[in-house]
Amino acid sequence: MTASALPRAEQRRRVITTPEGLALPLVIASRGARAGALILDVMIILFALITFHIVLIAVAGGLLDTAGSSISNAPTGAAEFLQILLIIGVFLSWYGYFLVQELGPRGATLGKRILGIRIAARGQARLTPEAVIARNLLRDIEVFYPLVFLVVSAVSALAGEDTGPMIWAAVGWFALFLLLPFFNRDGLRAGDIIAGTWVVEAPRVRLAEALSTTQAARGTSATSGARYTFGPAELGIYGIRELQVLERLLRDGQEQALVTVHQTICTKIGWEPGAGDERAFLEAFYAALRAKLEKDMRFGKRKADKFS
Amino acid sequence: MKLAALPRGLMGLLRRSEATTSPDLAAAALRSDRFRLEREADWRRLEAIITAMEKGRIGKLSDADLLALPTLYRTAASSLASLRETSLDAATLAYLEHLVSRAWFQVYGPRLGLFGWLRSFLRGGWSAAVRALGPDILITLAVMVAGALVGWLLVTSDVDWFYRLVPGGPGEVRVPGASREELAATLGTEAGIGGLSTFAAYLFSNNAGVCILAFALGFAFGIPSLLLMVHNMALLGALLWLFDGQGLVVELAAWLSVHGTTELFGILLSGASGLHIGRAMAFPGDMSVLDAAGAAGRRSALVMVGVVFMMIIAALLEAFPRQLVAGTAERFAIGGAMLAFWLAYFFLYRPRGETDADAAP
Repeated sequence: MTASALPRAEQRRRVITTPEGLALPLVIASRGARAGALILDVMIILFALITFHIVLIAVAGGLLDTAGSSISNAPTGAAEFLQILLIIGVFLSWYGYFLVQELGPRGATLGKRILGIRIAARGQARLTPEAVIARNLLRDIEVFYPLVFLVVSAVSALAGEDTGPMIWAAVGWFALFLLLPFFNRDGLRAGDIIAGTWVVEAPRVRLAEALSTTQAARGTSATSGARYTFGPAELGIYGIRELQVLERLLRDGQEQALVTVHQTICTKIGWEPGAGDERAFLEAFYAALRAKLEKDMRFGKRKADKFS
Repeated sequence: MKLAALPRGLMGLLRRSEATTSPDLAAAALRSDRFRLEREADWRRLEAIITAMEKGRIGKLSDADLLALPTLYRTAASSLASLRETSLDAATLAYLEHLVSRAWFQVYGPRLGLFGWLRSFLRGGWSAAVRALGPDILITLAVMVAGALVGWLLVTSDVDWFYRLVPGGPGEVRVPGASREELAATLGTEAGIGGLSTFAAYLFSNNAGVCILAFALGFAFGIPSLLLMVHNMALLGALLWLFDGQGLVVELAAWLSVHGTTELFGILLSGASGLHIGRAMAFPGDMSVLDAAGAAGRRSALVMVGVVFMMIIAALLEAFPRQLVAGTAERFAIGGAMLAFWLAYFFLYRPRGETDADAAP
C-alpha cells in the first residue's frame, strides 16, 4: 500500500450504529470497484443475450430469416412468438438481472460479488425492495443514456455535422449525472441518493488463530528451551500500534521479516540478538506486551503508540 | 472431500491462516484470548448460519439454528463490544466486526423476497403509494392538460408547428391537408391478429422506457419530467387538432381511449413520481435533502413498478382490442372501463390492515 493510498482508504471508512447501539465500521466501495462491477454485469447480460440469440438462431434460424421487423411484413406463428420472446427477454434481463440479485440476501449482483462489494441502506435503515427498485430505475439515465449520447454526438461531430450549442448543453447535463459520484464523499450516484442506499465493501474475513496459545507465548521456546521474561521497562517501550504490526508479522509468518524485527526489538530493549529462535522470542514478546497493554487498558490507559 | 479441501488449502495460502482447531482454554496465556476461545464456537455457528442465508439456503437450516440466530447475533455483538475494550488482537476484532456486520445485513435485511413483496404490493401497497402522491398527480395532470392545449393552440396559430411536434415518416398520412377518408382509415382495424403481438411487445418496451425516463428525470427538481409531459401531450393536442379539422375528433378519442386511459394514466403516474422526488429535493422540509430524496424515491419507486404493469396492459390493449374492435361506442366502453378500474383500484381499494403508512416507511 502506497503512502497516498492509505489516507484515501481511511477517508472511505464510515461508522454505522446498529439498533443494539453497537458502532460498526463500514468501508465505502471505491468508485473504481463500482465501475468495474457495472462493466462486469453489463458484459454478463450482453453475453447471456448473445448466447440466447445464437441458440435461437441455431434452433429456429429458418423461421427468423423470413421475419421482418415492421408491422407491414410482420412475421406470424412461431417466428412471431420468438420475436416476442426476444423483446420481452431483453427487457426482463436488463431490469430483472439487477433487481432480483440485489433483492437477494447478498444485496449484490454477480459483478459486485466478484469485486467484493454490496449495497446497503444508508444509516441504520433496513434495505427495502422499494430502495432497490428506485436505485436501479435511475441507472439508465445516469449511465447508459449519457454514454450513448456522448458517443453519438462525438461521432457526429467527427463526421463534421453541425452540432450547435444545444449538444454541448446536453453533454454537460449528462456529464453531471455520470460524474455525480465524484462530487460527494460517499460516492453516491443519483440512484443511491433517490433510494437512500450506498455501496459498501463486503469482504470475507476468516477467524485467525489465537496467538497466545503456543508454548512460546507463555515464555518458553519449544525449539531452544530458552525462557524469555520481560520486565516493565522492556515492555514500556512499545504501544498498541507496534503491537498490532507485530501481530500482522507473526500471522504472515515471513521468516526474513521476523529476523529483522527480532533484531530491531532486541536492540531497542538492550538484549543481545541471537539467531535461530526468532519466532519463539517474538511470540513471547508479543504475548507479554499484549498482556501488559491489555491490563493497562482494563485500568483505562491506552498507549496508542511508542510516542505516547 | 478432496475437492473441498483443495480450495480451502488455496484460500489458506492467499489469506491468513485460519484457525481450524480450538485449543483448550488453559493453553491461552492471555485473558482476552481465553474470552475469545470460550465464545468462538458460537461465532462459528453464527457464521455458518449467515453463510447459508447468503447463499439462499435458508430452507436447509434447522429450526434450532433459525431460532438461535437473534441470540447468536446479539452474543457476537456484545462480544465485539467487550473485546474492543479488553483485547488488542486486531485480527479477531476485524473478524468479529465483519461477522457482526454480515449478520446485521441478514438480521435487518430485506424482509421479503421478490415474490412476497409483489403480493403485498398488489394487495394495497401500490394503491397506497399512488394515494401518497396525490398533490403531484394533480399538478402533473394540470400540466398534461395544459400541454395538450398548448399543442392545439400552437398548431392552430401556425400549421408548421405540426411537423415539429409530430414525428412523421415519409409514408405518414396523418399530416395537415389529409382527407377525411385517409384519416378515418388510420383509425380502422386490422383484418387479423397477425403481427399484433410483436407490435404489443415492442410498444410495451418502448412505452415503459419513456415512463422510466420521466421518472428518472425527476431527479433534477422535477422540471424535466414536466417538460417531457408537455412535449408528449402537445403531440396529442396537435393530433386532436388535425382530426378535429375533418370532424373526426370523437372517433380519434374513442380510438385513443382503448389503451390511452391506461397508458396516459401510467404516464401521468410516472410524471407525478418524478415530480414527487423533485419536489422533495427542492423543498425537503425538516429532513435533510438526502433523507427527503430517499423517502420520496422509495415511495415513487413503488408507483413506478406499477407503471410498468400498466404499460404491459396498455400495450396489450393497444395491439389487440384497439386494432380489432371497430365501433366508437365499444372503444369508449373498453377505455372507460379501464379508467374506472384504475380509479377504483387506486382510490377506493383500501384493504383492511393496510394503511397509507406503509407507503411512507
